[in-house]
Amino acid sequence: MKIAIASGKGGTGKTLVSTNLFQIVRKAGKPVILIDCDSEEPNDQQFINGNLIDEQLVTQNIPVIDTDKCTYCGKCQEYCHYNAILVLPEIKHIQVVEDLCHDCGACLYACQYGAITEKEKMIGAITKFEVDERSSLYESRIEVGVYSSVPLIREAIKDAGNGHFAILDAPPGTSCPFIATVEQADYVVLVTEPTPFGLNDLKLSVETLQELKKPFGVVINRAGLGNNAVQEYLAENKIQLLAEIPFDRKIAASYSEGVLITDSLDEYRELFVQLYKTLEKKAS
Amino acid sequence: MKEIVVLSGKGGTGKSSLSAALATLASKIIVADCDVDAANLHIVLHPENYREEVYVSGQKAVIDYDKCTDCGTCMDYCRFDAIRLENGKYLISETACDGCQLCERVCPAKAINMVEHDKSRWYAGDITNGKMIHARLAPGEDNSGKLVNIVREQAREAANEIGAELILIDGPPGIGCPAISSMTGADEVVLVTEPTQSGMHDLKRIVELAGQFRIHSSVVINKYDLNTRISDELEKWCQYMKIPVIGKIPFDRSIVDAMVNCQSIIDWAPDSDISNEIKLIWNKLICHETTRSI
Ligand code: SF4
Ligand code: SF4
Repeated sequence: MKIAIASGKGGTGKTLVSTNLFQIVRKAGKPVILIDCDSEEPNDQQFINGNLIDEQLVTQNIPVIDTDKCTYCGKCQEYCHYNAILVLPEIKHIQVVEDLCHDCGACLYACQYGAITEKEKMIGAITKFEVDERSSLYESRIEVGVYSSVPLIREAIKDAGNGHFAILDAPPGTSCPFIATVEQADYVVLVTEPTPFGLNDLKLSVETLQELKKPFGVVINRAGLGNNAVQEYLAENKIQLLAEIPFDRKIAASYSEGVLITDSLDEYRELFVQLYKTLEKKAS
Repeated sequence: MKEIVVLSGKGGTGKSSLSAALATLASKIIVADCDVDAANLHIVLHPENYREEVYVSGQKAVIDYDKCTDCGTCMDYCRFDAIRLENGKYLISETACDGCQLCERVCPAKAINMVEHDKSRWYAGDITNGKMIHARLAPGEDNSGKLVNIVREQAREAANEIGAELILIDGPPGIGCPAISSMTGADEVVLVTEPTQSGMHDLKRIVELAGQFRIHSSVVINKYDLNTRISDELEKWCQYMKIPVIGKIPFDRSIVDAMVNCQSIIDWAPDSDISNEIKLIWNKLICHETTRSI
């Protein structure tokens, strides 16, 4: 069972829900893995202590030009859709702009002179932590300036969901990294806030998930702070409200110190136990 | 012309609410909402759009099954795992396709065509004290950096049109390509952070990024009273990094009330403490010398 925790925008409580849900499943003695797919800003590790067990580097291919064989015909440049190759035949110059390369392999196919080979370039890392014998945390972290985190996310999720409950903390937004994460999930939990900004972002996520035909439900965080527009929208569109986490300064204070609210605040443990039960039912 | 960009590293720090408030304070301004993935400012600033344009974010491959001979060459070459075989038919996943065009080139039956992705839009609209450029990137589309560039270009054009001296850019979250696009060539970066461990962590990453571009930055600590210990730590760190902290905004429900009523806090509660604090921030920002000399 793979559950993705997502939101239209960061900062709505995605990390709060992911990490506390993880803790509840773990404390119930069930095998569980939390994968932080928000590789631009991974945060889960600040809330969960584990022993570092492995670090896996993820790479992409980058073309390398053998200038002895290159005839400066320019075909690779023509085939590269991302302007990652610059050929100047007049001055016999060819250059690969590594940051622009999407690792598509078109230049390799294009070159008829066997002048192109490939090397590996690091795009990020997956750090694995063991929290206890049955549970672990994977953190994906992208290098600054890499064009896309999608290959990294795919690699991080690859062995999730085999005999354990997997929680995928998805990247915010509705672009490719978000899709790469939720596509792998059996069910998606959207976290939102009861404000016009929250509702606007929620609608975008809902639209995207409906297009992908993914089942989903909604958790409202900081309930009681804004208005009822989100609840009304959910009722109108028959979207399941999974849980409401009230606005509470104690939550903010606990969160700011990196302490899980299911550890520090008794009243919220039950809320997450219920959420877990609801999600477990989705699996069967 | 001066371009000020508001960034936050992570989302949820109240960046857009602050941007809206700052925008309301200017006498004449161009607002560029560069959070094209999840634009929100229009909810508060109510632009009356006079222009809507299609943004082509890229291309996607489509198979013409009348010509396809089921040879599978395309699948062999695709490095994005976008092509799969299902019930004897090759299918291209629209969301996984990167638009590299290689399958179109390798198909011996010439059965693959590239079609443009044209669901994204950008808009120009009038607001009470100027103009606003904003955009909407369709789900699953990439290249938000390019769309950010268009929004900024249009903002500069609009500024020339009405003779505005100031462009306020509401930047996207994160430290990726769109964040970089929204700050390159800007004059001033305002970093909005909050006193949490993760806020602190993200602030460091974004400061590093701003440093790489050699743009003068300053910091606003939002909701600073939610954890004064971390706020103090943040301030000390900024001092050490020689980044001026130009404002500390307490947590206040009225910010949310203003948003719920689709107004900026300045319009909603003009004489509140919080609005006064934001006015001070604004003064420090537009008067360059003050921020420089702190
Ligand atoms: S692999 Fe693709 S993106 Fe990279 S340089 Fe070659 S053609 Fe361009
Ligand atoms: S296609 Fe091959 S020979 Fe032609 S410019 Fe590129 S690397 Fe050189």
